[in-house]
This record gives sequence, C-alpha cells and structure tokens, in this order.
Amino acid sequence: MSKSKNISPPRLAERLLRWYCKSELLEDLQGDLNEYFDRNVKAKGVRRAKLIYIIDVLKFMRLYTIRKPEFLNTLINWIMLGSYVKTSGRNIMRNKLFSSINIVGLGVSMSVGLIMIAMLADLNSYDKFHTKHNRIYRVISQHQYKGNTSNDFFATTSLRAAEEIKESLSGTEDVAILRRDFSGDIELNEKIIPLAGFWGNESFFQVFSFKLVKGNPVTALKEPFSLVLTETSAGKLFGDTDAIGKTIVRNKKEYTITGVMEDVPVFSHLKFDMLGSLSTFEILESKNPHLMKWDSMWDTWAYVLLPEQTDLPALQQSLDKLSAQEDKSVADTHIELALEPLTEIMTGENLSNQIGPTMGKTPVRIFLILSFVVIISACFNYTNLSIARAFRRTKEVGIRKTIGALRSQVAGQFMVESVTISLLALVFAFLLFLFVKPHFISMEESLQELLILDLSPLLIVLFIVFAIAIGLIAGIIPALSFSKINAIQAFRNLSAVPALKGITARKVLMVFQYTISIIAITATVILYKQYKHFIRYDLGFSTENILNIRLQGNDATVLKNELQALHEVKGVSQSNLITGIGHYWVTKAKNPANPQDSADVFHSFIDENYLPLHNHSFLAGKNFQAKADSIETEVIVNTHVLKRFNIGEQNPEKALGEILRVDGKDLTIIGVLKDFEYGKSNSKANKEVMMRHLRKDAQHLNVKIFSEDWPTTYARLETIWKKIDPDHPFQAKFYNDQIEETFQGLNASVKVGGFLAMLVICIACIGLLGMVVFTTEIKLKEVSIRKVMGATEAGLLFLLSRGFLLLLVIATSIALPLTYLFFDKVLLPNIANHAPLGIFEMLAGALVVITLAFILIASQTLKIARTNPAEVLKSE
Amino acid sequence: MKGTNLGEFEELVLLTIAALVNDAYSVAICDELEKNTGRAAKLGVVHAVLNRLEEKGLVKSKLGEATNTRGGKRKRYYAVTNAGKAALLKAKEVRDNLWSMIPGMTLKNI
Repeated sequence: MSKSKNISPPRLAERLLRWYCKSELLEDLQGDLNEYFDRNVKAKGVRRAKLIYIIDVLKFMRLYTIRKPEFLNTLINWIMLGSYVKTSGRNIMRNKLFSSINIVGLGVSMSVGLIMIAMLADLNSYDKFHTKHNRIYRVISQHQYKGNTSNDFFATTSLRAAEEIKESLSGTEDVAILRRDFSGDIELNEKIIPLAGFWGNESFFQVFSFKLVKGNPVTALKEPFSLVLTETSAGKLFGDTDAIGKTIVRNKKEYTITGVMEDVPVFSHLKFDMLGSLSTFEILESKNPHLMKWDSMWDTWAYVLLPEQTDLPALQQSLDKLSAQEDKSVADTHIELALEPLTEIMTGENLSNQIGPTMGKTPVRIFLILSFVVIISACFNYTNLSIARAFRRTKEVGIRKTIGALRSQVAGQFMVESVTISLLALVFAFLLFLFVKPHFISMEESLQELLILDLSPLLIVLFIVFAIAIGLIAGIIPALSFSKINAIQAFRNLSAVPALKGITARKVLMVFQYTISIIAITATVILYKQYKHFIRYDLGFSTENILNIRLQGNDATVLKNELQALHEVKGVSQSNLITGIGHYWVTKAKNPANPQDSADVFHSFIDENYLPLHNHSFLAGKNFQAKADSIETEVIVNTHVLKRFNIGEQNPEKALGEILRVDGKDLTIIGVLKDFEYGKSNSKANKEVMMRHLRKDAQHLNVKIFSEDWPTTYARLETIWKKIDPDHPFQAKFYNDQIEETFQGLNASVKVGGFLAMLVICIACIGLLGMVVFTTEIKLKEVSIRKVMGATEAGLLFLLSRGFLLLLVIATSIALPLTYLFFDKVLLPNIANHAPLGIFEMLAGALVVITLAFILIASQTLKIARTNPAEVLKSE
Repeated sequence: MKGTNLGEFEELVLLTIAALVNDAYSVAICDELEKNTGRAAKLGVVHAVLNRLEEKGLVKSKLGEATNTRGGKRKRYYAVTNAGKAALLKAKEVRDNLWSMIPGMTLKNI
C-alpha cells in the first residue's frame, strides 16, 4: 500500500473533478477513483492507471454531478462591495506607513504610465482629421545601386514616379504631390516675412482635408504662380484685409493668392505656412535636366488616395511593374517603390527624408518598455508588501472564513483593497503628471513640436481604466494567496500559513528591482560620460571662440568689412557649411590613376582665411591664395582621400600637384590636411574630405571673437546685422554650442534615462523600506531577547541587515556584467570615437544605490536595535 | 418520475446492495456485480444508477469513517429502504407469477 501511496493521480484531472463536481458527491467520487487508481497501478502500471483516471474523470462529467452556477454568490459579492470598500478604507487608515509606501510607490510609477498613455493618445491621433485618412498612402522609395540594397527606404520619391502614378497607374483615385524648397521670404510692398512651405499640386485639397476658408479647393493650386496661405500667415501679411487675388513677391517672381486655409492642425505630420502651385515649379525648373529623372528621388513626397476596398498586393504589383519599366532609363539603378499608410507615418518606420519631424517606432518602443518596467516594478512592490503583511492579516481572513466567507469573497476583499490603493495612487500620479508634463515636453525640441499632452475626457477615462488595471494586476497574487488560507490553520500556527512561504519569491523580486535600478543608473552615467566626451571631442581643429553667423543670403564681404572694424573680432572667414556638427555636402571625385573609379567625397567650400582661423594643420603643401577670378583650380584634401584613390602612394608630399577630377573640373591638389572630423564625430562614415576654394556666395561667416563683455559685443554684432539686413533675425551661434546641439539626442536620452533611473531606484528603495520594516517588526522579540542576553548594537545591525545586503550584492553582480556586456559588445562598437568604459562609471551608480539601500536598512534596524527590550517583552 | 418500476440493471444493483448488507459502497457493488453477472460493471454507470435509486427513494446512503485507503476519502455506504424492499419484492412477484404460468415441459428442454 505504502508504495502505491506515493504515486498520486494526475493533479490536473483531480482539480478538474473538484471544480465541476457537486460538493455533496465529490468526496465519494474522489475516493472511488482513488481506489480504482491504486488497483490499476498495481495491475496495469502507473501510466495506464493515470490515463484511466483522466478518462474516468471526464466520463463522470454528467448532468447529475456538475454543480450549478452560483448566481447567488455573485449577487452577494455585489452587495458586499460596499463592505469591502469600507474595510479597505479602514485597513489603509490603520497601516498608514504601508499604505503611504504603496500609494507613493504606485503613484510615482503610474505618473510615467500616464505620460505614456497621453503620449500614445497624442501620437495615435496624428493625421486622423483627414476624412479619408484610411485610404491615403505615401509612396516611399528605396535606391538600389548595382543591386546594393543596404539603403533603407526614403520617405520621398521621384517627381517622375509621382506623376506616372497620378497619370497612368490604374487603381488610384488621386495623388497629392509635394515638393520641398518653397520656403522663403515673401515680399509685400515694404514688408518681408519669411514663411515655410511646399510646392503642392492641384490634388492637394482633394486628397487631404485641410479646409479652405476662402478660394476654390479644386483650382487653388492649379494655375502657375498661385499661392495658398494659412490664416495666420495671411494675417501677418495682410492683417484684416482680404488676401484673395492680391499679389506678393517671392524670389523675384509675382504670385497671386488663390486661397486662404485654416491653420494646419497640431496633429498633422505636414506642417507649413503656405503652399505654392507645383505647376509654377515645373515652369521655373523646366531647364533642369535632373527634374524628371527616375532616380532623383530625394525631394518629392507623393500621397496616393486609393478607392474604397483596394487590393493592396495588386497595387504593389503594378508599382513594381512601373519601376521595372522605368529602371531602364537609369544605369545600374533600381528604385523600389512601396506604400506606407498615412496614419503610420508618425509612429512607423524611421525613414530618412521625412517631410517634418516624426516620432518613429524605436523611441516609442523604448519608452513603452521602460515605462512597463517601472510600472511592473511598482506592482511587485505592492505584491511584495501585501504578502509580507500576511502575518497580520491571516487572523482576519481566518475569522472571515469561519463566519462563512467564500474564497471568492476573501479574494474580492483584497482586490478591492488594491484597486482602492491604486485609485488613491492615481490622484497622486495625476498631480505628478501635471508637474512633470512641461518638463517632459521641453526635454527635446522635436517633442515640443510633436506632442501637447492635453487632457481630454477620453484621456481621463483611460487614466482611470489604467489605474484599475494596475490595481487588479498588483492585487491578484495577494488576493489568491490570502484566500487560500485555511481557517483552522490561521489560528493554529502562523508559520503554516502559505502566504509566509513565499519568501524566496519575494527575494527574487527584490533582486530583480535592484538589478534594474543598477542597470538604469549605470547606463545613464555611461551615456552621460559619452555625451561629455563627444561635446569636448578633439575634432582635429579649433572651435574655441568662433561664432558662426548664418548669412541668410546677405553679401559676405559687406558684413565681413563691418565686423572687422570691431576690436573684439580677431579674424573672419567664410564657408558654406559648418564641419563637425553633421552637415554634409557630397560629390563624386574621379581617381586620377583610373578614370573608371569614382567615389563619394565630402567637401566644404572655404575661403583662404578659413583653415588658419580654425587651426587646421597641414601635413604638406599650403593654403589657398586669395584671387579675384571665379574659376576653381585648386583643392586641399585629407589623407583618407589619398588612401581611397592611392594618390602619390599615400605620401602627402608626393600627392601635391596631382590632379583630382571633381564635378567636371580638374583640380590640383595644393595641400594635404591632417585628418579631422567632417560630419558628426560619432559617425563612422564620411572620412574622405576635401576643402574647395569658395568662388561664390558663402552661407556662413566664421568670426573669431575675444570679448570681455559678451552681451555688449553681441549687441554690437546685432546692430551691425540689423543695419545690413533688417528683415531676418540675427542667427549666430558659438561653434561649441553648435556641437552641443548636435548631440542633443544623446543629452535627451541621458535626461530620460536619469529620470527613469531615479524612479526605479525610488521604487526599489520604497519596496526595500517596506520589507525591512516588516522583517524587523517580526524579529522585534528575538532582538529584545538577544539584547537581554548581551548582544551588541553592531552585532544586531549585522544580524538584521545581512540578508538584505546579500540580495544587494547578488543584484549588483547580475547588473554590472550585463550592463558592461551590452555597452561593450552591442552599443559602443557601433559608435565611432567613443570614450572607453571606465571603472568609475561602471561602479559609481551601483555604489550610490547600495549606499542608499544601506542607509535605509541601517536606519530601520538601528531603531529596533536601540529599543528597550523591557518595553517589548513586558507588553506580551 | 416513472414511479417505482425497476429497470433490469437497477434491480441488479439494488439486489447487490441488499446482498452486501453492511459493506455496500460503490466499488464493492461494482466488484460484486462483476463477480455474479460475469459482465463488466463500469463505475460511472453504477454511480449513475445509485444516484437515481437514491432519488427514487429506493436506497439511502451515509458516509462512513475516513480510512487510510482511498486517499483519505470516506466511503458512502448504501442501504435498501423499505420502499426499495417493496420494489424488489414486487419485481420478484411479477417474475414468479410469470414463471408459474410457464408449462414445466418447455423449460426443461432448454
């Protein structure tokens, strides 16, 4: 008998039987099945016996054995809800410390959740105001040169593709075409106002639902030299007078205003002040041979309106056919076309050449994951603390059960309690949300344009649903484990209560929380070090005290002469771009030794003062000489160009005098520069750089300034600017500030990371505090007796905190290697010129977290260790 | 309810309960039935019949003491009620009547 006793029937089948069977029949049935099972184990072996048991359980599912649904209980549960709420309130009031720990912990993390919900709601409402938003798709394209598909899709397409689709592709209703570079100064009489906009074709107002206040939406953008203004820009130009039919001047051409539209809504991925008719652009650029080329796919956006119920795969096939046919017009190049739904532009793939700022999938996902971790961590806290308090609550549950509470009712009681707490936390979280919201939005410039996070009734409902969901998630485990408590056990022996056996699980939770905390803070510190490293990175030339002024179309020489009169100005040079902050100009250069071989070379046009002003150092040769004619004959290259084309056996001295063919011109190499960072210093590409002699208008003035009193100097500079150009604001930035702006993204992630790290640490500490208070309270008597026996305070401190310290050490030893591996093997290898990982930043974060935790543990345990043992033991 | 008419299997079960006297619980009834009829008596079927008999008021049941066997579950012992006895007697009577009408010859030739 004893042998077969060890073999028990299948657990699942037993539970099934218990679940469906009427209670008055259950015991007998179980017994019978057990008896048969024992018999079968002996006669037919364990496996057969188990199988038979399962089959029998299923066979017993008959009308007379199945229990009736307990409608009555559900009804009672509803009636009891009021009582649950009342007792929950009492419980929260009675344990003020635990309740406030829970409310604050949940509230802090829920505020992150609220921001997340508000952000998702904002992003989700993008472009939904277009009545046909479900049917609008954007044509995106991929440039494949000689079968090389490494390029990703671009948000743009070629003008030719857009027009082909509009004219000849069947299965589309209409195509709105937008073209960049309409932005510019609008002149009206004496007024000059810079406005941003696009060229748009006549279908624009048919595809999109932007409303015209005045003018005919069908013809507004049809005729050449028509222009549509938004209400705000019309107000700027014309005030209250009617703008329709008036003419304004843009770039020396007259345009007639044919429409005034409502301002572009916030939640539109298209943002503009005005639109010019695309037909104008086609007239202006009619001599441009590249305009209608199949592979010039960088400047046009096409939005296709599809009929209802379109067969997308079929449409994709006809797009493929179109590109196969058009590919013949360009050598070695294939342009792949695809469609992207309008509503996915804001949160979809991170395409290049977007028409405006977009959020993209990756940041949204990262934020989602981070908030998820924070929220789950806080839920853990609640679970953890509630189970820890089982000690005090088991008797309550025991009495409830004795009086006749069902399991579901006890569970309901605990669920209501956790939902109440999470609703209270919501109030706290909401206040925090209102406080954090402006800081969150102003964290990154693009966020300011994208999000408003305004409250709406729907949002409030979502918040409440969210809070209830969090309450249910956090409360489910405590509710289940408390409701399991057997009434008799609850009074007999507290250690037998199942809820107290979950110690290991709670330790795991705590290690998890601290691991996350340490990872978050260490990652933030590392990112901060990288950020500092990059903004101070030695670019290979000097950027100190250099102020870059955007000329905005003004004559460089006039401004230069004015500026040089100031005594603070030590030098002025001209360039068409600023290096080292992610500006690129690229062209093809031919290998002097092999005309078949050509490669992309990045370049900047500079005047003869530029290189000395920026302290560029020459490996060989000399600088440009000032000269009057406008013919470009010379070039200065860096060593990567020599390496790429193998000029002069890569020896700078020998390379001098060699000819490089660029843009159809033969340029003599007159100098070789030491390598410097042309683009962003964290980018691996664009190493081949040449400096070309500026022969026409520059875009920027680089002014070297030594000033004792910067505000006065700035005011003087601005006065000079105003004298030359009264219309445009003075745009001048120090080189170092521009470099800082370049790494703003990194800076923003440091801020987000820091904020989240703080949250996670905060939550982990609150959780730890709860656990420590609980453990020390349980051990109060033990500690008192030890003290009576002569234990020292230090000894007690060690005794009480040793367990927690061990957990912290485990968390650290999980977190640090993980973080190190992630940065060392995954992230940093992709970043050029990154700072190496140092011991300091690896350990600093962990040290702070551990110190904090230690202070917490020590403060609580010392309090207990210092209590008078007589007081404790007397009260028993 | 169809009244106190007994089905064939019901009658067998009822008789077995009566025969087992103080030891009539489901598994024992099954075993006894198998032994006497030579056909397999499925527990599920027997259970259903016992349940029906109890509903008809032909048997009554009570739970026994817990033992170490059967996973610590108590047995439910069945006993035939007076109504049950009456039903059995009536069934026997019907049969006896019918038997008595059969001429002795015919049967002996079987």
